[in-house]
Amino acid sequence: MPDVTLRKIVMSREEIYHEGGPVADTPLLRGSILAIIQNPYAGRYEPDIQGFMDDLKPLGLQMAQKLAGYLGGADLVQGYGKGAIVGAAGEIEHGALWHVPGGYAMRELLGDAMAIVPSTKKVGGVGARLDVPITHINASYVRSHFDAMEVGCNDAPRADELALALVMTTGGRIHSRAGGLAAEDVNGKDGLR
Amino acid sequence: MSAKIRKIAVNVEETHIEIGLTIAPPTRKAVAVAVIENPFAGRYQEDLGELMEIGAELGALLGQKCVEALGITPAQAESYGKSAMVGENGELEHAAAILHPKLGAPLRVAVEKGAALVPSSKKMGSPGQVLDVPLGHKDAAYVRSHFDGIEVRLNDAPRANEIMVAVAVTDSGRPLPRVGGLVASEAKGEDGLR
Repeated sequence: MPDVTLRKIVMSREEIYHEGGPVADTPLLRGSILAIIQNPYAGRYEPDIQGFMDDLKPLGLQMAQKLAGYLGGADLVQGYGKGAIVGAAGEIEHGALWHVPGGYAMRELLGDAMAIVPSTKKVGGVGARLDVPITHINASYVRSHFDAMEVGCNDAPRADELALALVMTTGGRIHSRAGGLAAEDVNGKDGLR
Repeated sequence: MSAKIRKIAVNVEETHIEIGLTIAPPTRKAVAVAVIENPFAGRYQEDLGELMEIGAELGALLGQKCVEALGITPAQAESYGKSAMVGENGELEHAAAILHPKLGAPLRVAVEKGAALVPSSKKMGSPGQVLDVPLGHKDAAYVRSHFDGIEVRLNDAPRANEIMVAVAVTDSGRPLPRVGGLVASEAKGEDGLR
């Protein structure tokens, strides 16, 4: 079974105070963590790849813990998302290996969050950026929490690497006023509403 | 007059492997950026004192943010740098007013000491453009292992009436320094150069 070989970790945190409207008392925090690892399947077609999902679980949990800590603790996290950029010698299917370890790590850490973790993935060159979608952790339809965060690193992913991302937020958009389901009205049973 | 801050971003980068070799402990760099309103956007203002005061405020704030993000004591900071990118309704001189007269002193408090000149860069720009912040050893500018840089960009800044102000701090030099020159352990750190 391939080992996870980590080359770099890149963490980003934004504190958002306003976007032209009233200044928030508590800024919205948006954070990301990106792990640059070796792609064990780069350069060839490998039919059986599922074992790598298990290998990625400890990394996923470590990343989720580190990111939640960077935002002030898991109890402050209200939105999340995940994504992957596959280096050019890999295939999009390799990015799909991140769904389980990335998603479950965050859901476990955040006290069994109900909502599916929104995600995106692509194959990209060094310096590629990825817009990672974000939704509310317990109810996907909460409109104020639909957001996204751009991630990337100037020297990654190299052709034989994967860049795996988790993102978290501590609230909805800073001037959210587009209606829809509000966070305080969530029933939190089905992960949707 | 204090800065009108729209957002602050803090990025930390750790290098665990470089060209196949394990880096233990990993080298780490942080960059903190504030996106502020440009009080002089769209007009020529002779006296830039307000921006100089903003520079002092941000030198302390962003320096502290970096040190905190790295989880180090101020004394453990090894190198630093500063940069600014001015949105299209401003002028390059606005970056100079923020960076040069007053930003350095409070930054040096945040990283303890800092005998060396703080290396800097500046440019005019627009949302999403890259700002490359130069890095140099904080006490002895000639320490060759610590010449480096860190890139920062924000997809939504700087807007036309904004300025992005960045401070970078590290707790280490490049991952595999081997081009000789003055080494950190032999720096005197008295004149800021050697």
